[in-house]
Amino acid sequence: MDWIEKTGRTVEEAVESALRELDLGRDQVEVEVVEEPQKGLFGLLGAREAKVRVRPAQRKARFAAEFLEQLTKAMGLQVDISWSESDGYVRVSLQGENLGLLIGRRGQTLDALQFLVNVAAARVSAERKKVLLDVAGYRERREDTLRRLALRLGEKVKRTGRKVVLEPMNAHERKIIHLTLQGVDGVTTRSEGRDPYRKVVISATSEA
Amino acid sequence: MRELVSFLAKALVDNPDQVEVREIEGEKAVIYEVRVAPDDMGKIIGKQGRIVKAMRTVVKAAAAREGKRVMVEILQ
Repeated sequence: MDWIEKTGRTVEEAVESALRELDLGRDQVEVEVVEEPQKGLFGLLGAREAKVRVRPAQRKARFAAEFLEQLTKAMGLQVDISWSESDGYVRVSLQGENLGLLIGRRGQTLDALQFLVNVAAARVSAERKKVLLDVAGYRERREDTLRRLALRLGEKVKRTGRKVVLEPMNAHERKIIHLTLQGVDGVTTRSEGRDPYRKVVISATSEA
Repeated sequence: MRELVSFLAKALVDNPDQVEVREIEGEKAVIYEVRVAPDDMGKIIGKQGRIVKAMRTVVKAAAAREGKRVMVEILQ
């Protein structure tokens, strides 16, 4: 779609009038400032209005789905892609046969793919949503596993009073462990070390 | 595989028309030399090489299926 140009006393005013014409919100458009407003002498001589160019931004969800479709095609894979949107997130899910290679060891390839789709999508869409990618339900299964692991280890720490150090995890996975044990009395969690070796430590709450 | 490297590179830069990918078949590995516009070097490498690292991870995963070792190098 083409750009529309608008002027106004300030950049915001010019953008506002473009948004009214397009009937879109601020996060649904791309804006380029063509000319900053200038006050001029005594507010009169040489005064210039702000000029902006505005056009509808490509929807992030659609872009992400198309990006992944082309990417998997270039890898010679056949996948079904579905997506949904919620506050702050675009969830894209890939289903198909033999998609293990898109997941990789401990989700390494999946994390790389998710990172790339976010970088590429941020270039074409002004929407601030983060793209969350899942392949063959891997993330959901992994979250379940992590929650159960956290609860089991939490019990063990309470029973023995000795701390437990988990294997290295990425930020998202560590968060699941922290959140799961947040509501459990008698144990506290913290993260130690540096990425990519950062790990969660579960320890018994010392009696005050 | 070349198509995959080229697709990823083009999606990440400002000047996709200036992306060139050369495939060099070695004895043990295939090297992909990616040339981008000078202004796009940072875009494709990323902070602390994060973007090119993710690219390598994805390309390696795709190559593993064909039993190949691949390397991706970025050139100006």
